[in-house]
Amino acid sequence: MANYSTNQFKNGLKVMIDGDPCNMVDVEMVKPGKGQAFTRVKLKNLMTGRTWERTFKSGDSVEGADVMDTDMEYLYNDGEMWHFMDPATYEQVAADANAVGDSHKWLKEQDSCMITLFNDNPISVTPPNFVELEVTETDPGLKGDTAQGGSKPATLQTGAVVRVPLFINQGDVLKIDTRTGEYVSRA
Amino acid sequence: MAIDPQHWQPTASINSLRKRAAIMAQIRSFFAERDVLEVEMPLMSQCAVSDPFLDTIEARYADYVGSENYPLYLQTSPEYAMKRLLAAGSGAIFHLGKAFRNGESGSRRHNPEFTMLEWYRPGLDDQQLMDEVADLILPILKLDSVERLSYAQVFKRFLNIDPHTATLEVLVAETRKHVDIDLDDDDRDTWLNLLMSHVIEPNLSDLGAVFVYDYPASQAALAQVKTDAQSQQVASRFELFVDGIELANGYHELTDAQEQKQRLLKDQQTREKLGLPQRPLEMRLVSALEAGIPDCAGVALGVDRLVMLALGADSIQDVIAFPIERA
Repeated sequence: MANYSTNQFKNGLKVMIDGDPCNMVDVEMVKPGKGQAFTRVKLKNLMTGRTWERTFKSGDSVEGADVMDTDMEYLYNDGEMWHFMDPATYEQVAADANAVGDSHKWLKEQDSCMITLFNDNPISVTPPNFVELEVTETDPGLKGDTAQGGSKPATLQTGAVVRVPLFINQGDVLKIDTRTGEYVSRA
Repeated sequence: MAIDPQHWQPTASINSLRKRAAIMAQIRSFFAERDVLEVEMPLMSQCAVSDPFLDTIEARYADYVGSENYPLYLQTSPEYAMKRLLAAGSGAIFHLGKAFRNGESGSRRHNPEFTMLEWYRPGLDDQQLMDEVADLILPILKLDSVERLSYAQVFKRFLNIDPHTATLEVLVAETRKHVDIDLDDDDRDTWLNLLMSHVIEPNLSDLGAVFVYDYPASQAALAQVKTDAQSQQVASRFELFVDGIELANGYHELTDAQEQKQRLLKDQQTREKLGLPQRPLEMRLVSALEAGIPDCAGVALGVDRLVMLALGADSIQDVIAFPIERA
């Protein structure tokens, strides 16, 4: 991989730090009126999810990380691994629980997800911003109450539990914002 | 840097630009009332700043179109030229205009082309000039007062170390506690600067507006060096921080021509050691000091940052119509 110098640092650049691929979340030049310039970078370790700040001297360089984001279709879970397929090449990859993390709550078969590959292995799975999931369990809906007040928990087909309005019934299909985990509307 | 044809719009709102213009007018009337003369200094010079940590942007000039061209340097501050005016008997002067610094982008507080207010007051020292800086900025920022802490006091308060006497090893160890950095450097000032920018400045933001004064003698730049009450050699230099943002830098100015010459030559040596470009030194400044410059204090203030603070903007790009990415 290419090396990147501090003047090429930017948000979203993927680099190797202490042996792990990291994403630059925030890049800020620090330059006192009198004195040397530094670059302060907020980094996210893509393996562990840890975020921290590291400071680089101007002109320092770091190795790029072979990290690629690619859209893939979710196929199935075999009890241990989650399987995805590249719709163009039909190539399949399997992601473990570590890579899938909390995203498993929003994975519906045949939905398209963004898979982050590091040296061709999946290290993280990002579901679409909005998913449509069926309610498998919730208290009966209240008739006539279509807009106002109150909420209740509902369990969705993936096992995720979200707060929904009182008028929602079992079997309804809901639109959920996966970034916040919140109910948006009936689909 | 890529040019995006879609990015034709300014990054600052028209409303912000109106407020910016009002602050510029307020600055000019402040100095008019105090009988400080507005002067315009060359933005291009045959000489460049000596400071190893400032890089000048070069322009190319040809005596006639098509002839061989040679470099002119965009000024990083009007300081040298203004001191030549002071030596020529100008009295109190201010400059409100553009300054240029290479490589200073990629931050919410920097644009390589920025607006600098610089002024000089014969007969005042650094402490008295701090009063005047406060008189100017307090109404603009709608603040009541500015706290004053010495460089030693801020290090004592936030890190419990003495910046003047602490050994290199102590400074390195202290920095490593707070800053994740892979650095090998035997210059104490590098570590003091890291502690200042990474630990102290964020803490200063809780204090509102603060003058930090009496910097280490090794960071004197163009300030006089004096002995403080603790018999410590310190620079008669101050910086103003507002909400943790470095806003102004002032000196009780060096008037000793020989000392000035030594500092210019020393900077040039440092540049050589660091492999930085060697550019013509401003020896006319030395001549001006030899001819005699009044005892005075001077200060430079970042106007874009002042506007940013006055408007409560998060980023300098919010108060500049077309920052470098769109210029």
